[in-house]
Amino acid sequence: MQGKTAIIGNGDGVLAFKAGGVDAYSAPDAVKARELLRKLAKTYKVIFITDDLAKELNDLILRMNEQAYPVVVPVPSEKGSNGYAVERMKEQMERALGVDILFGREER
Amino acid sequence: MTRLNVNPTRMELKKLKARLSTAVRGHKLLKDKSDEMIRRFSVLIKENKNLREEVERELGDCLKQFAFVGGMTSRAEIEKAFSMPSVSAQADFSTQNIMSVEVPKIEVSDAAGGDLPYAYSEITSEADYSVEKIGKVIGKMLKLAEIEKAVAMLAVEIERNKRRVNALEYVMIPQLEETIGYIKSKLDENERAATTRLMKVKNMIEERKAQ
Repeated sequence: MQGKTAIIGNGDGVLAFKAGGVDAYSAPDAVKARELLRKLAKTYKVIFITDDLAKELNDLILRMNEQAYPVVVPVPSEKGSNGYAVERMKEQMERALGVDILFGREER
Repeated sequence: MTRLNVNPTRMELKKLKARLSTAVRGHKLLKDKSDEMIRRFSVLIKENKNLREEVERELGDCLKQFAFVGGMTSRAEIEKAFSMPSVSAQADFSTQNIMSVEVPKIEVSDAAGGDLPYAYSEITSEADYSVEKIGKVIGKMLKLAEIEKAVAMLAVEIERNKRRVNALEYVMIPQLEETIGYIKSKLDENERAATTRLMKVKNMIEERKAQ
């Protein structure tokens, strides 16, 4: 599995993943992360990215949905989740089904 | 609805009828496909939501634990201690086909929880826990990656398919039906014209004979 999964993050938290056999890359800001994601997309199968960065790179991530690989997964950073993944799930649900079947009740 | 620009002939009528029956059959098939995709999607997205919540919770714990490590040791030491993977989960990356959408399939075999990648004297015991936890959570994260991608790709495909169904239902089929109707009425009219012409000619001949 080495060489197949990577994580891009902006904190020290990504270092923890190194022990799990995930290659860790750190990117201080969105511009750097964009560059890094473009580069890593060619070599890695699964790329985890902390969700504060993922939010900034939304357009690039959506474009990668055309093919099966690479898979870009937003993960919470050590500051906690910012709801990016949930937002995306909602968006997909609305595109596909037209209604929100999971989160609708919680909002009201 | 506009009708197609064709000559009102029997040839065209036959061609259009064939196209109409293909369009109707295609429409039915696509609609069935759409139904099935939506069913699969709603199952997957529920799974996605549960797994996402689980992973976020566990990962949150894990990272908090790791923050303790960061608080107790210097960054350089952490980097040194963690640079070798220990609990590397084995995963197999392939693709599978859900309703003719190629989605990733990631098979995670059990994480081989080996020895810790550092000497105990190097770092605090907090690191042990976070390494152990992260090994467990990574397997789940890979599963989440698979499902999330499948959901995203299905969502796009469902939307695309919906457009196709609508294009057939509201544009193609009405157009064909209208054109077929037009050709039929035109042909009927021609036939009537021919009949009346014949009757007229017959009358004229009979009148001439009577004279």
